[in-house]
Amino acid sequence: MGRRKTRRNSIGRGLIGGAAVILALGAGAVAWAWESAIPPQPRPAAESFPAELVAEGARLAAVGNCIACHTVPGGRSFAGGLALPTPFGTIHSTNITPDEDTGIGRWSEAAFTRAMRRGVDRDGRHLYPAFPYDHYTRVSDADNRALYAYLMTRTPVRAEAPANHLPFPLNIRMAVAGWKLLYFREGAFTPDPAKPEVWNRGAYLAEGLGHCGACHSPRNALGAVDKDRAWAGGEAEGWTAYPIDQDSPAPVPWTADSLTFYLRHGWHPAHGVSRGPMAEVTGNLVGLPDADVAAIGAYVADRMGPPSAERLRRGEDLRALVSRRTADAGAPPGAGPTAADSQARPPAADSGRTGGDERGEAIYRTACATCHESGRPLPFGGLPFALSTAVNAANPQNIVNVTLFGLPPGDGTVSAVMPAFGGALTDADMVALLRYLRGRFSDQPPWDGLERLVADTRSGAHHVAVRPADGIERAPQNVGAAD
Amino acid sequence: MAIDLTVNGTPQRVEADPDTPLLYVLRDDLGLNGAKFGCGLGQCGACTVMVDGRAVLSCVTPVLLMQGRAVTTVEGLGTAEAPGPMQRAFIEEQAAQCGYCIPGMMMRAQALLQERPDADDAAIRRALEFNLCRCGTHMRILRAIRRAADTMRHAETAAPNGRAG
Amino acid sequence: MSDHSPLPLTRRGLLAAGGALVVTVSLARPLPAQTGDGGGARPPKPAPGSLAQTPRLDAWVRIGADGAITVFTGKAELGQGIRTALLQVAAEELRVPPAAITLVTADTARTPNEGYTAGSQSMQNSGTAIRAAAAQARALLAQEAARRLGAPADALGFADKRVTAPDGRTLGYGELAASLDLTVEVPADAPLTAPDRLSVMGQPLPRVDIPAKMTGGAAYVQDLRPEGMLHARVVRPPSPAARLTALDGAAVEAMPGVVAVLRDGDFLAVVADKEYRAVKAMRALASAARWEEPATLPGDTPIPDLLRSLEREVGTVDAKGDAGPIADGPRSLRARFTRPYQLHGSIGPSCAVAVMGEDGLTVWSHTQGVYPDRKAIAEMLRLPLDRVRVIHTEGSGCYGHNGADDAAADAALIASKLPGRPVRVQWMREQEHAGEPYGPAMMIEAAASLDGNGRIDRWTFDVWSNTHTTRPGGAGALLAARHLAEPFPAEAAAMQITPAGNGDRNAIPLYAIPNTRILWHFLPDMPLRVSALRSLGAYANVFALESMMDDLALLAGADPVEFRLRHLEDPRARRVVELAAERFGWTGAAPAPGFGHGFAFARYKNHAAYLALAVELSVDRGSGRVRMTRATAAIDSGEIVNPDGIRNQTEGGIIQAMSWTLFERAVYDDTRVTSVDWASYPILRFASVPDRIDVHIVERPGDPFLGTGEAAQGPTAAAIGNAIRSATGLRLRDLPFTPDRVREPTASG
Repeated sequence: MGRRKTRRNSIGRGLIGGAAVILALGAGAVAWAWESAIPPQPRPAAESFPAELVAEGARLAAVGNCIACHTVPGGRSFAGGLALPTPFGTIHSTNITPDEDTGIGRWSEAAFTRAMRRGVDRDGRHLYPAFPYDHYTRVSDADNRALYAYLMTRTPVRAEAPANHLPFPLNIRMAVAGWKLLYFREGAFTPDPAKPEVWNRGAYLAEGLGHCGACHSPRNALGAVDKDRAWAGGEAEGWTAYPIDQDSPAPVPWTADSLTFYLRHGWHPAHGVSRGPMAEVTGNLVGLPDADVAAIGAYVADRMGPPSAERLRRGEDLRALVSRRTADAGAPPGAGPTAADSQARPPAADSGRTGGDERGEAIYRTACATCHESGRPLPFGGLPFALSTAVNAANPQNIVNVTLFGLPPGDGTVSAVMPAFGGALTDADMVALLRYLRGRFSDQPPWDGLERLVADTRSGAHHVAVRPADGIERAPQNVGAAD
Repeated sequence: MAIDLTVNGTPQRVEADPDTPLLYVLRDDLGLNGAKFGCGLGQCGACTVMVDGRAVLSCVTPVLLMQGRAVTTVEGLGTAEAPGPMQRAFIEEQAAQCGYCIPGMMMRAQALLQERPDADDAAIRRALEFNLCRCGTHMRILRAIRRAADTMRHAETAAPNGRAG
Repeated sequence: MSDHSPLPLTRRGLLAAGGALVVTVSLARPLPAQTGDGGGARPPKPAPGSLAQTPRLDAWVRIGADGAITVFTGKAELGQGIRTALLQVAAEELRVPPAAITLVTADTARTPNEGYTAGSQSMQNSGTAIRAAAAQARALLAQEAARRLGAPADALGFADKRVTAPDGRTLGYGELAASLDLTVEVPADAPLTAPDRLSVMGQPLPRVDIPAKMTGGAAYVQDLRPEGMLHARVVRPPSPAARLTALDGAAVEAMPGVVAVLRDGDFLAVVADKEYRAVKAMRALASAARWEEPATLPGDTPIPDLLRSLEREVGTVDAKGDAGPIADGPRSLRARFTRPYQLHGSIGPSCAVAVMGEDGLTVWSHTQGVYPDRKAIAEMLRLPLDRVRVIHTEGSGCYGHNGADDAAADAALIASKLPGRPVRVQWMREQEHAGEPYGPAMMIEAAASLDGNGRIDRWTFDVWSNTHTTRPGGAGALLAARHLAEPFPAEAAAMQITPAGNGDRNAIPLYAIPNTRILWHFLPDMPLRVSALRSLGAYANVFALESMMDDLALLAGADPVEFRLRHLEDPRARRVVELAAERFGWTGAAPAPGFGHGFAFARYKNHAAYLALAVELSVDRGSGRVRMTRATAAIDSGEIVNPDGIRNQTEGGIIQAMSWTLFERAVYDDTRVTSVDWASYPILRFASVPDRIDVHIVERPGDPFLGTGEAAQGPTAAAIGNAIRSATGLRLRDLPFTPDRVREPTASG
């Protein structure tokens, strides 16, 4: 990712130039952009929705990860109010419980479907694209009906979302119409008849409700997904969303099976534990049928394409190395998570490659290896770094985040836990350790700008959302990060 | 190897294997009881101390990293005869049952309040997510930290050279 | 006990009436199945508390010629504040400030044998005895002073450890005691201070142990560092039935600082000069060991199937009238409840220090019972009893039979092989998680029917449970002893139905129901090692019983509080129910959407503290998350010694039980325990802590102490379950109420 500018660097210029463009286009597009209000209706009785439709809606809502953005950490589900920092200002998610005054209680199904399909609220106002209607537009009417049934049968919560903080002209809703004109294409998903049914199901879920591309794609100066480079990697809440196309930096190439396992369980022995915003995604998928998870896995694997013979061979070597180590540790393969510490194997002597950083090596051996070489299987044991996408990725942001802030424990929730090392490691020690990890556990070129990245992440200049690894819960906010 | 560090304001030189967790150095080499062994995995917070003002889990912190660093344990907050504001608040609120987790709680809270003297209840709970208590003393711990925060804020405004609260 | 609730003359009733002899014998010579809380059986005219076993005054109170006062108790400080409460009792009766007294706690060389510190009985047993002994000591001092000063005894004043006559002449306690014989027996009618004249008891005296704990004082066994101490770690078999097949410890012996690598059968340990060197040697030794691991654990067998398969015997806990079988119908209910294996999970893993000196073995342990532990250790090491001394030293919080005794045995065994060197054994986290005895899994099948007036007329309650007591006793109770080359096998468990209850604790409803039948389906085999966890069977039994009461109230169209009162005759029970409801603001009105209110009540063991609890919680069915917002408890634990201590214990009981109820379940495959740390066995963290907990204490001046520590567990589980039902209509009967059980079902089909 060193080849292209990070989003943060482009924000300033983008805002000024982009605002002017939007103003001009927005004003000119008023006629095109006009949407009428859909009359309010009394809230339908919960009993009026068939139970199976509600259950289907629940599964779909899990795919859409609706709860993540529409819930304040620790607050009532779907009651909105979460501050979503965007490069252009702060937007607050809305209350999508069926409260009649502050939620969507008076929305008809038609109004709901229009919001999903075209990004317009019941009053006819354009919604900011933080609500990913550029993906949700692909959702079928039938699925919107189920989602509507699900949301309308939630507990109504009276909660007014705080005002958004956006600079002029972005605070003019009509300006969004200009943005839509440029970047938004309405249209339901059309299956590819040449592909198998499972592929089409996966594509429908991943490209539509699942909105994988919302995080995993680069965005332009106006915050729109760069469609030509969809899934080429992006950013979310201070974390790198890795490329999930042919440029996936995973040391062991992903397969349909491994993706399915990862999405189902939130971890995979050859890839590690989902964290950052991805933990919420995998946490939510708990409610999804196996077949749908497998369909997403199959589709994503196909989008990634077959790995090169060289990558494949390297991946096999790595897996063999790791399973040998696990066996050495006394745990029969497949025995599942066992001892946490004392019954585990002591760290092995270094194999030789030090990355040229003795301080980093010493830190690794004393602070990291006790867990990351213990042989305790995932998800509770530490991932061997040779398998780490974070260590092999072009951008070191995620390894910096995890090292500084750890994987915070979920409250009463079974989850991988890693202590934060931000207090113990000075910036210099962080840099030494990261250099060592990169040199020893990847064959990628050294990272540039580590000093700055570490300092900015620690200080909060680069804000990172750090949450417990229990997905759906989101509470409490930003644990462990310097705020 | 020899490591030079400052513990509770006193320079110390300790001779220890570099991978030795700070916890064992504090307890066994320096005879400080405050930091407790709870899990050795950085999951429970019983071993929490401050390093250069930040909360650190001493059970997973190799002493190698402590060269030149300033460590504060609960002994550095005061004594039984002259307890510091945090300790006094815990005593006044009788915020202990077995008390084993409490020094870690106090150090976590101390680090929070030094950085954010105005930390509210939500911020206190958030910081304490890393510290487990099994006896169920949580209500009192929260009360004690709020009390300590009040005391510390007042002390700062009262002190002639104190920073603004 | 002036307030016995009328027990029907059943097997249990008979046992209670004739149980005095049993109790006396059991406390003098602890049996494995006796928790030390068999004290529910009382003779008609009770000797006060533990005076029944240890009647001599000087066993409890000594006054030196210099006036130094020492009070002895066989009970131990477990973090419950007993040290402070006992000091208050002694200070009250001796008319001195608490700080003037030295309190010596459980030590086989110095204190009375009071069995185990368990069952919320320290105040009943030791508190009562110390109070009587201290009162008698004061009376003797007064008598002697009256004689020497020529003044009437009732005209004397007490201050500053001196007795003063009306004319101002005074004598110190020391000079008086010097001419007194305190080796006398304490009479049953020792002159206790009248309730209206108490000045130290009933006050929220700050805990005497807290300042040291807050400031880094040496407060725990973990903090002991005798000169020349070595650090030891054990390597446990990786699964309960594992046998060592190969070990090459040579490389470990060569590691820096390693003093010894010990093997006796399947018992493995390392000893080193420094603590972390011992840890590293332990890891190396663990990976040098090869084990054969038979599959003896239940794997993914559901709890009901597992427990049914283990049933070997059925005992009648209580039966009256014609209870059964209850036919299904519009006025009857039938339900099954389960509780998984759950952990004590002290924050500090078990630890012990031992040294084999010339005069014998000394062990410092956070055991609940120094005398029984001494007996087990002596048996394991084949030493005479008088060559072993066990001294209680506080550990991290104790909630029943955890790893303390086992760690003590580890230290004793290792120290016995390194004479002259103090040895400290500290368990690692996963050793505690995998090695401590768990609270047993349980199942309850309950059925009940209503009569035409909305009252319960029939009630059956079937409990499936192991014993909840596998304490030492014999050496076979100790892990180390089981692993020796010549092992001591674990003693076979036997069902014992007693008034205090065990797996059947609180299985008998306190409610007035004409026809009842309560059975204990006993499971002698223990695939997972189990023993006493705070409140024993009462946690699951009260959960089931009080969940049924709520559903029956619903069936009767009654308010849950009113429905309980309808069936409660004991005025003290009614008082706590009414008080909790009133202070909570229980109106019967529907809570706000998404919120629920729940109520529960129990009298612990049916003869100890009364506790009623109302809770408010919110349920988010999208995430499955339950958050308790507030709890209001009313407790009657007899005469109050330290109200803040009662509050602290009750708040703690509620929060701990809330963690069990919402989150906790031991996990295992068919070979190994896999919940071995806080990531795999998570417990409550601060995000789940309620906004407020209020504890209201009923004052009962002059009444016997009833104990506090285990009153809240059962009611908490039930109140949470009842509140979830109130919020959602969902009745949860399987503990814990994890999000996957609360979340709306989404999987198709």
